[in-house]
Amino acid sequence: MNMKANAAMATPVSHPADLAPDSHAEATVEAHAPDQTQEQADDVAQAAHARIAARHALMEKSKRYLVRTAALIMAVVFWHLATTHDVNLFVNFEHVPEPLQVGEAFMGELAGSEFYLHIAHSLERIAVAYGLAVVLGVTLGVLMGRSKWAEDIILPYIELLRPIPAVAWIPLAILMLPTEQSSIVFITFLGALFPVVLNTVHGVEQTSGVLVRAARCLGASNRSILWHVIIPGAMPSIVTGLAVAMGVAWFSLLAGEIISGQYGIGYFTWTSYTLIQYPQIIIGMLTIGLLGTLSTLLVRKACSPLLRWQPTGGRV
Amino acid sequence: MNAVSPDSRLAVLDHSRLKAKSTRNVDGRGNIKVSGVDIEFGHQGARTVAVKQANLEINSGEFVCLLGPSGCGKSTLLNAIAGFVNPTRGELTVDGKTVTEPGPDRGMVFQQHSLFPWKSVQDNVAFGPLMAGASRAEASSVARTFLSLVGLAAFADAYPANLSGGMQQRVGIARALANYPSVLLMDEPFGALDAQTRIMMQENLLEIWREFRNTVVFVTHDIDEAVFLSDRIVVMSASPGRIIADIKVSLPRPREQALLTSPEFMVLKRQCLELIREQTLNAFQQQNKAG
Ligand SMILES: Nc1ncnc2c1ncn2[C@@H]1O[C@H](COP(=O)(O)OP(=O)(O)O)[C@@H](O)[C@H]1O
Ligand SMILES: [Mg+2]
Repeated sequence: MNMKANAAMATPVSHPADLAPDSHAEATVEAHAPDQTQEQADDVAQAAHARIAARHALMEKSKRYLVRTAALIMAVVFWHLATTHDVNLFVNFEHVPEPLQVGEAFMGELAGSEFYLHIAHSLERIAVAYGLAVVLGVTLGVLMGRSKWAEDIILPYIELLRPIPAVAWIPLAILMLPTEQSSIVFITFLGALFPVVLNTVHGVEQTSGVLVRAARCLGASNRSILWHVIIPGAMPSIVTGLAVAMGVAWFSLLAGEIISGQYGIGYFTWTSYTLIQYPQIIIGMLTIGLLGTLSTLLVRKACSPLLRWQPTGGRV
Repeated sequence: MNAVSPDSRLAVLDHSRLKAKSTRNVDGRGNIKVSGVDIEFGHQGARTVAVKQANLEINSGEFVCLLGPSGCGKSTLLNAIAGFVNPTRGELTVDGKTVTEPGPDRGMVFQQHSLFPWKSVQDNVAFGPLMAGASRAEASSVARTFLSLVGLAAFADAYPANLSGGMQQRVGIARALANYPSVLLMDEPFGALDAQTRIMMQENLLEIWREFRNTVVFVTHDIDEAVFLSDRIVVMSASPGRIIADIKVSLPRPREQALLTSPEFMVLKRQCLELIREQTLNAFQQQNKAG
C-alpha cells in the first residue's frame, strides 16, 4: 500500500529526483514537501496512522476467527445435546455416538498403528493420482488452449466423461486394471484430471495478445513465449484448477476406497459401519474432511509464490 | 532539462560502445522503405482496406510521427513495419530486407498494459537481452543500465502492477531499447496518460533518443505531440487510410517544454493544421469523384 502511494507520487517526471538514477520513493516525496520539518511531522503522523491501522486489521481478523471457532463449538454442543437426549425428529440421533465417545475412540485410534496406516495409504494414492493428473492435465490444457485441432479432438471426450461420477467408474476400473490399488488410483486421477484441464484451457485462452506481440518484438521464440508469457499468464486459472482438483481427488478416492481396497481412510470409515463401530465412522469422516482441507490449503500455499506478482500478492 | 543524470548517461554510452564493437551499431541502419503498400483485412464481402497505396521512405536516425484520426490505419502501418501484419500488396523493407516477421531489430512500445505482469520491472527489461542469448548476469546488468536511463533504478524489484501508468511506459521504453534496436516503433505510447505526465514523457523520450539516434516511428493523433517530437510528420487520412501529407519539422533540438508555447511552434502548428485540412478536403473530393 505504501509502495503504491509512493509510485503515484512519483508519476510526474518534472522533478529531477524522479529521474535521477538512484532516486527512490522517499526522495520524490521529499521533493514535494514544502519543508523538512513539515515532512518529518508528516512521516511521524503517517507511521502512527499505519500502526493503528495494522492493529485494527489484526483485531478485526482475530474477531472473525473467534466467530468461526464459536460456530464450530456450537455445532459440537448441539451434537452433544442431540445425542445425549436421543432426539428423533425425522433425523434419528439414537444411534449416533456422542462427541465424548468419539473423542475417547479417537484417542484409542491415535494410540494404535492401524489408523496411521489407513491415512498413509490414502495419502499415497492421492499423491500418485494427483501428480499424474496435474502433469497430464496441464499438458493437455496448454495443448488445447494453443491448438484448435487439439481442442476439437480432446474436448468431446472431456465433455462426455466429466459428468460421470467416480462411483460409476468402479466396475469398469476393476475389470480393466490389474490391481485394486491401480483401480483406486485411476478413479482418483480421473476425478482430479478434469478441473485441471478445463482451468488450464481457460487460462491459456485468455493470453493477452499484446504481451505475445511484445515478446515477439523482443526476439522470443515460440517456446520462450510459452514459458514466459502463456503459462505465467494462465497461472492464476491453473492454480484455481489445482485447488479444485485436490477436493475432487479426495471424494473420488473415497468412492474407490469404500468399494474396494484393504486400507485407506475410506475403507476404514466403511468397515467401521459394517463392524458396528459407530464412533469410528465419525472419526473417519472428520479425518477425510480435515485431510481434504489441509491438502487443498497446501496446494494453494505451494502455488502462492507463482502468483506473487498479482495485486493481491498471491496471498491465499 | 535535467532528465538524465550524467552517471546514467555515461553508463549507456559505455554499453552502446560495447555493442558497437559486437557489430550491433545503429549508425546507418534503420532505413525503412514502404512502396505501394495496401493492407486489407477480412475476405470478400467483409473486406476492410486499412492502408491504401502507402509510399514512404524513412532514413536512419529520423524521428517520424504518423499522424491521423483514429481508425485511419496508423497502427496497421506500424504493425506492418513491426512484422505483425503482412501487406496485401506492395513491398516493405527495413535495411533492404523484406519484413516478414517481428524481430529484435525493431523494438516496439505499446499504448499500455504491455509489461509482463509476472516479471519484476528489471526482469521485464532483461527479457530482450536474455532472448538474444545474453547470460542472466549480462542481461540484468543491461536492464539496470536502462532502468537508470529512464530513472526507475529504484523500482527494479517492483512488479508492474505497483507502478503508475507513466512509470510503466518508461519501463516499456527501457525494455524496447535494451535490445539496441535500429528502429523504435511507438504506438500512441503516451495516449493513456494525463496531459501533465505526457509532456514530461515527451521531453524524457527526446532526452533518451539523443543518446541513441535510432530511427523512431511514433504513432499519434495529437498534432502538438507530433510537432514537438518529430523531424517529419506523415499525415494519414481515414477510410481508406492513405498518406496525404509529409511535413518537415525543422525546429531546433534539443526541444523543451517551453517550445510548446513559443511563436515558432505556433506558426508551424498552424501551417500543419492548414495543410492537413487542405489535404483532407482533397482526399475527400477525390474519393467522391472515384465513388
Ligand atoms: N486485425 C484486424 N482485422 C480487421 N480489421 C482491422 C484489423 N486491424 C485494424 N483493422 C481495421 O483497420 C482500420 C485501421 O485501424 P488502425 O490501424 O487500428 O487505425 P488507427 O491506429 O489509425 O486508429 C480500422 O477500420 C480497423 O477496424
Ligand atoms: Mg491505433
